[in-house]
Amino acid sequence: MAGTALRRRLTWQVAKVSAVTVETASVRTLTLDVPDWPGHQAGQHLDIRLTDEDGYVAERSYSIASAPGEPVAITVERLDDGEVSPYLTDELRTGDDLELRGPIGGYFVWEPENGGPLLLLAGGSGIVPLRSILRHRERTGSTVPVRLLYSSRTLNDVIYRAELDQPPSGVEVIHTLTRSQPPGWSGYARRADAALLAEVAWPAAAMPLAYVCGPTSFVEAVSQALVQSGYPPERVKTERFGATGGT
Amino acid sequence: MEAVDGNAIGGLLQEVFGIEMTDAASVCESCGADRQVAELAVYLRAPGTVVRCRSCDSVLMVFVKIHDLTCVDLLGLAALG
Amino acid sequence: MSPGLPWGKMAVMSPVSRGFHRRRQDPAENAGRVPPGQYVTKDFPVLSAGPTPHTALDRWTFSIGRSGQQKTWSWAEFRALPTQDVTVDIHCVTKWSKLDTAWQGVSVDTLLDLAGHDGPFAMAHCDGGYTTNVPVADLTGGKAWVAYAYDGQPLAAEHGGPARLLVPHLYFWKSAKWVRSLELRDTNDPGFWENYGYHIYGDPWREQRYAGD
Repeated sequence: MAGTALRRRLTWQVAKVSAVTVETASVRTLTLDVPDWPGHQAGQHLDIRLTDEDGYVAERSYSIASAPGEPVAITVERLDDGEVSPYLTDELRTGDDLELRGPIGGYFVWEPENGGPLLLLAGGSGIVPLRSILRHRERTGSTVPVRLLYSSRTLNDVIYRAELDQPPSGVEVIHTLTRSQPPGWSGYARRADAALLAEVAWPAAAMPLAYVCGPTSFVEAVSQALVQSGYPPERVKTERFGATGGT
Repeated sequence: MEAVDGNAIGGLLQEVFGIEMTDAASVCESCGADRQVAELAVYLRAPGTVVRCRSCDSVLMVFVKIHDLTCVDLLGLAALG
Repeated sequence: MSPGLPWGKMAVMSPVSRGFHRRRQDPAENAGRVPPGQYVTKDFPVLSAGPTPHTALDRWTFSIGRSGQQKTWSWAEFRALPTQDVTVDIHCVTKWSKLDTAWQGVSVDTLLDLAGHDGPFAMAHCDGGYTTNVPVADLTGGKAWVAYAYDGQPLAAEHGGPARLLVPHLYFWKSAKWVRSLELRDTNDPGFWENYGYHIYGDPWREQRYAGD
């Protein structure tokens, strides 16, 4: 089934927005009704295409937030100077059309048979494909142990916060808040560095599988630290969103 | 300008090659570094999409959309796939 | 098809996204200053085909002339040359235009006079390996500079600092960032983007974006 999906012709199609969920002040999840959706794998993304009345076209990629089997959803962070993201978060409404193609990606995917233990490392909106992986793990009944390190600016920027506050059995969620912390915060309060990773990551000897996603600078720093701590490079999968996580 | 990686051009690659390519192996013509396409350095904000070797910065692939045609140059690669 | 489209224009192939429009300024404000197919932006987008080079000023040099006979200046020597303040409109082939951009730099006329060289064509060579070709006639007569300051500040690395070529009457990919030399040649050899299908000359007023346009 997955093999068939990878070899399918990738064509643009028009989906309908079926729901808009507020995640944080600047983040929305768009649930989509996609007529010809072939199914997807956890970690994949889709491409969105917007066209204005003059024929101007803008394309962007967004990670799929939902697990295989759930309705297709993407989570978008509004970037202040973005051309596309403010349209998706502020303008798009239930019932609107959205042109997309997907699913895309065969590298940054996880299936239960890939095993673990899993180390998931998210910087900002990099949490999106990792959340798909977590939901897929739960839906398939996988018992692979997971540690998620999630770096956000403030607690109010944490996406899927309620869901992550109640992780399923076998999943440990560790937050680090890099810009400001609420009163009484006893968790990490700095950017993920080698020392922080040494405390949080599975030891290399456990043969973990790591997925790192977020802004380029986060992914570079974290993946290099993991490799330096003994993770084989082929066991550290990376997905870089660019300086500001896409526009 | 920070680069993204080959994941970001998954759709473009599938459109051009007809199959999923992000986990395909690539070899740099210049320094021999071998990496999966997903791990190559990709510059999207340019008059074209430029894919570079993460070890030596050599240009591996360039995609330019000329009117409605996507033109592809792969001369920087010793091997792909 | 919306009313008012001229006959012969192709119908938009993709469905229109309700309420989506690119950022643009009111075209009436800028009549005559915006080449065909461009929109005006207040931002200064950063485009790059590769990693941003960072060249220390004590290692930076600029050269001009035919290969093997070039005149070279160090940063200190370069900054001692007569400079000009210019305000120009710039037009990127990716369709954004920015009006009234203020630069400070050395005129290429000055550099060529000091080098005492001639030649019909020039290839700009830059840190990071970028190149672009420009006819010398388009670099002289007050049409081009090697600019080291933008908007009153030293040119930021992401915008091409320590210095970039500035040739505002051509598409901005010709205004090569991180320029280190202008090599005079007898042939109009294509540079980086020209090699990949962009127009050999690049006049925004004739919309010469791609080869064959």
